[in-house]
Amino acid sequence: MNVMSPDSYVTADGRTIGGTLMEMKNITLRFGGVVAIKDISFDIREGEIRAIIGPNGAGKSSMLNVISGFYVPSDGDVWFDGAIRPKMRPYQVARQGIARTFQNIALFEGMSVLDNIMTGRLTKMKSNMLSQAIWWGKAQKEETEHREKVENIIDFLEIQTIRKTPVGNLPYGLKKRVELARALAAEPRLLLLDEPMAGMNVEEKEDMSRFILDVNDEFGTTIALIEHDMGVVMDLSDRVVVMDYGRKIGDGTPDEVRNDQKVIDAYLGVSHD
Amino acid sequence: MFDLKDQSRHGWTKADSYKSRDRQSRALVQGGLDLITLAQPRGGLVSVPALLARNAREFGNAPAFREKEYGIWQSWTWAEAAEEIRAIALGFLALGMEPGDHVAVIGRNRPSLYWTMVAAQMAGAVPVPLYQDAVADEMEYVLDNCGARFVICGDQEQVDKVIDAQETVQHIEHVIYVDKRGMRKYDHSHLNALADISAEGRAAHSRLEDELDRRIAALDYDSTAVMLYTSGTTGRPKGVVLSNRNVVETARNSSEFDHLGPNEEILAYLPMAWVGDFIFSVGQQMWCGFCVNCPESAETMMTDLREIGPTYYFAPPRIFETQLTNVMIRMEDSGRFKKKLFDYYMAHARKVGSDILDGKPVSFVDRLQYKMGDLFIYGPLKNTLGLSRVRIGYTAGEAIGPELFDFYRSLGINLKQLYGQTEATVFITQQPDGEVRSDTVGVPSPGVEVKIDDSGEVFYRSPGTFVEYYNNPTSTAGTKDAEGWVATGDAGFIEKSSGHLRIIDRAKDVGKMADGRMFAPKFVENKLKFFPNILEAVVFGNGRDMCTAFINIDLTAVGNWAERNNIAYASYQELAGHPQVLDTIQQHISEVNNSIAQDEMLSGCQVHRFIVLHKELDADDGEMTRTRKVRRNVVEEKYSDLLDALYAGESSIYTETEVTYEDGRKGSISATLELRDAAIQSGTTRMAAE
Repeated sequence: MNVMSPDSYVTADGRTIGGTLMEMKNITLRFGGVVAIKDISFDIREGEIRAIIGPNGAGKSSMLNVISGFYVPSDGDVWFDGAIRPKMRPYQVARQGIARTFQNIALFEGMSVLDNIMTGRLTKMKSNMLSQAIWWGKAQKEETEHREKVENIIDFLEIQTIRKTPVGNLPYGLKKRVELARALAAEPRLLLLDEPMAGMNVEEKEDMSRFILDVNDEFGTTIALIEHDMGVVMDLSDRVVVMDYGRKIGDGTPDEVRNDQKVIDAYLGVSHD
Repeated sequence: MFDLKDQSRHGWTKADSYKSRDRQSRALVQGGLDLITLAQPRGGLVSVPALLARNAREFGNAPAFREKEYGIWQSWTWAEAAEEIRAIALGFLALGMEPGDHVAVIGRNRPSLYWTMVAAQMAGAVPVPLYQDAVADEMEYVLDNCGARFVICGDQEQVDKVIDAQETVQHIEHVIYVDKRGMRKYDHSHLNALADISAEGRAAHSRLEDELDRRIAALDYDSTAVMLYTSGTTGRPKGVVLSNRNVVETARNSSEFDHLGPNEEILAYLPMAWVGDFIFSVGQQMWCGFCVNCPESAETMMTDLREIGPTYYFAPPRIFETQLTNVMIRMEDSGRFKKKLFDYYMAHARKVGSDILDGKPVSFVDRLQYKMGDLFIYGPLKNTLGLSRVRIGYTAGEAIGPELFDFYRSLGINLKQLYGQTEATVFITQQPDGEVRSDTVGVPSPGVEVKIDDSGEVFYRSPGTFVEYYNNPTSTAGTKDAEGWVATGDAGFIEKSSGHLRIIDRAKDVGKMADGRMFAPKFVENKLKFFPNILEAVVFGNGRDMCTAFINIDLTAVGNWAERNNIAYASYQELAGHPQVLDTIQQHISEVNNSIAQDEMLSGCQVHRFIVLHKELDADDGEMTRTRKVRRNVVEEKYSDLLDALYAGESSIYTETEVTYEDGRKGSISATLELRDAAIQSGTTRMAAE
C-alpha cells in the first residue's frame, strides 16, 4: 500500500521502517490564554513505535488529541500520508486509518467483548441501517466478513475465553486489552495508545508490551504511544519525543534521549553525584 | 449416510449454534449402528496408518477432527485429514526423516499435532509426545533421552524452549512449528512451518510417493507405534516403547468392551504426552473412526465441552470435583425456590438415580419422580456441565470420593472407573456397565490377566504390555519378567464376592509404623481429599509412632466459605492460616479418624497432628508430577523442618520456602504456621482385633 520512500531503513531486529507517515509542523494549541502546546514539530514514520513522554501536564494527551483530530491546532499543520490534513471531524480522521485507545477505558460496559470489538469495524461497514437491523441480504454477508477479522484479532490477543463476557465484568488489565482489540479492529495505519500501561501490575505490563510489539511486528501497524513508565517506553519505542510545559525538549532514539542533559534535568531528575 | 458436512469451514453464523449439529449427530447415532460391525478385526489393520487408510475409505465424508478456532468449529473429514497427513508425511521424507527416527511433539491438543504423529509413523519414525508445560530442565532431559532428530512445536513458546535446549541437546536437526505467530524473525535455516512442510510434501508428491508407500507397508504389529514418557513420580521419567500391537489391540479390546462406534464424539483436552490421550484420541479414534474435538484453548475447555457434548468422556477426579464445587457454589447463590427444588430432587436422585442407571428394580412412582427431576433439574444441570450426551464416562488416576462419584451417577451419567498405567497401554481393569462402585476399579479388561503376589502387589499381563523402557534394560528387567508379567507397583486385592480389583496404595508407600501396625498413606489421604475444603493431603508415619499430615486447602471452596462468612483475606497464605479454617480442617480430620478407626487393618493410621501448608503443592516446584501426583519424598525433604516440628510437638513454627514462578524465576515466601492436634479415636477396636 505504501510506496517505500528512499529513506526507509531496517532496524536491528529486522523490521522495516518506512518513510514519513505523519508529520506535525509547528503545532501550537491554545485554550483561551493557556498554551497547551507550543510550536512543536516531529514526524512519525511508517512502521515505527513512537513514544511521547513528559511529566504531568506536559501536553502529551493534548498532542495525542491533535493527532486524532479531536483538537484542531491553533497554529501549524498536520501532514498525513504526504498531504496537509484539512480540518476534520474525529470520525473522518478515523476513516483515514487512525484508531486510538483511551487513558480512562471507554468501552461499552454492558456489551460483550465480541460486540465491543465489532464496533471497531464500524468505519468499514457499508450496508445501511435498515438491512443491518433486520439482518438480511448484504448485512448478513458483511457481518460474517467482519466477524472473521474480529476473530483473528481475538485469537491474536488471546482473549478467546472472554469472547462472550460483558466488559463490565472484566478486570482492568483485560479491559485494556479489549480496548486495544477494538482499535485494531479498525485496521488502522496509525494506532494511538494513551497510557496503555497505566495502573497495571508488572505481569499485565509485560503482557501488554508483548502485544504492542507483536501488533507492530505482525500487522506492520505504526504506533504512537504516551506512557509514564520509563522502562516500558525505553524498551518498546524506536524514537521518543520528550515534552515539558508544552514544549519539545528532546527527540531521538531512547539512548539519545536518555543521555540528553535537558531531558535528564527536566524529567528524569538531576543526578547528584 | 456420512455425506453430512459439518458446519462449513468459514461459515460464521450470528449465533454460533451447536444445536443443529447435535441434531445431525443424533441422526448419525441412530443410523450408524450397523457400522459398528465394520469395526471388527480384519486383515492388514496392523498399524495406525493402516487404520487411517481404512477410515478414509469407509467414512470418507464423516468428520474426523474438529478444532475451535476463530470462534467456530473448523472440521476436517476423514478424507481431508488423510490427505493432510499424507502431505505432511511426504514433507517429512523430503526433510530426510529415516525409519526409527524419533519425532518429539510438544503442544496443546490440536488436530495438526495429531496429524504429525500419524505422519511420522507413516515415515517409519516414532512420535514422542511431550508435556508442553514441562519446565526447561525436564524438557531438556526428555529431548536428550529420546534422541529426537525432529521436534514439532505448537507455537513460539515451545520453539523457544527447544532452541534453549539445543545448547545442550546436540542431535536436534529440524524444528517445525504450527502457529506462525511471532516466528518471522527467527533464523529459519533449521526451522520450518508445518504448512510449508506439507506444501513441500505435495510438491514432491511424484518423487516420494513410492518411498512413502514402501515405508507404510513395512509397518507391522511389532514395529514401534509411539514412545511415551512416564510422569516420573519417583526419579526421572522413562520412555515407554509401545508397539502397534499394543496400541491396535488395546484400542480394539477397549472399544468393544464399551461398544464404541464411529459416531462417538470426544473432547481431546488432556496432555498429549499422557498415554490415555494417545489411546483415546488416536488409538480408539482410528479403530472406531469417531471424531476428536480439540478445544480452542485450555481456558475455554468447559465452554467447548458444552458445545461439543461428548458421548465418550474421560476426566481425572479433580475435574469432576471442580465441576461439582462450582455447581454447589452457584446453588448457594440461587434463589430459595430454586435451591429447594434442587435439594429435593437431588435427594431423590441420590436415592434411586444410581439404581435406575444400573438397571436395578425401582418402583414406578420413584421412576416417575426421577423423570420429573430429569425435566427440572438433572437435564438442565447435565447440559450446563456439558455432559448431556455422555454414554460412557471414565475417571482414573486417583481414587474418587464416593459422594462425588454418586453425585454424577445419580444424575444418570454413566461414570465408571478404570485402572491402568502407561506400561499397560492404559487398560488393566475397568468397570463393566451395571457393576460400578466407587471403591473398586473393576474387572480385568479384555485380554488382561491380573495376579496378586504374596506381598500384595498387583501384576498384569496383556496384549498392551509395553515392549521396553527406551535404552534402559535394567529398569525393563526390573518391571517386566520373562513371562511378560508386569509389576504395577500398587498394592491391592481382588474382592472375592465380585471379582473386582481394589487398590489400597502404592506398594512401596505401604509401610509399617514403629509399633508394627500397617501404614497406608494414600488410604488416609484419599479420605481427607474427599472433603471439598481439602485439595491435597500428604500423610507421614512410616516407621514412626504416630501419623501426621500436611494439608492444602482448596481455594475455591474455602474462599467461597470465607466470602459467605465475611472473612477477609489477602492471599492464599493468609486464608490457609486463618484460625477458623484450621478449626474446620481439624474437624474434618477428626471425622476421618473416626472412619479409619473402623478399619481393623489400618486403624493405626489416624492422623494425630497436622499442619495446613502456606503454599499449594505445585509441579513447577517439583512437588508434584505433571499429572498432579504428589512426590512424597520431595515434599518430605523440602518441608523437613515442618515435619520435625510436628513430631516434636511444637505449636507454631516459622518457615521459609523457595517457590518457582511460571516463567522459571525463583522467589521465596515465609510464614509462621500453626501446628494442631486432631481428635483420635481410642485404640479399642484395634485391641479387639489383635
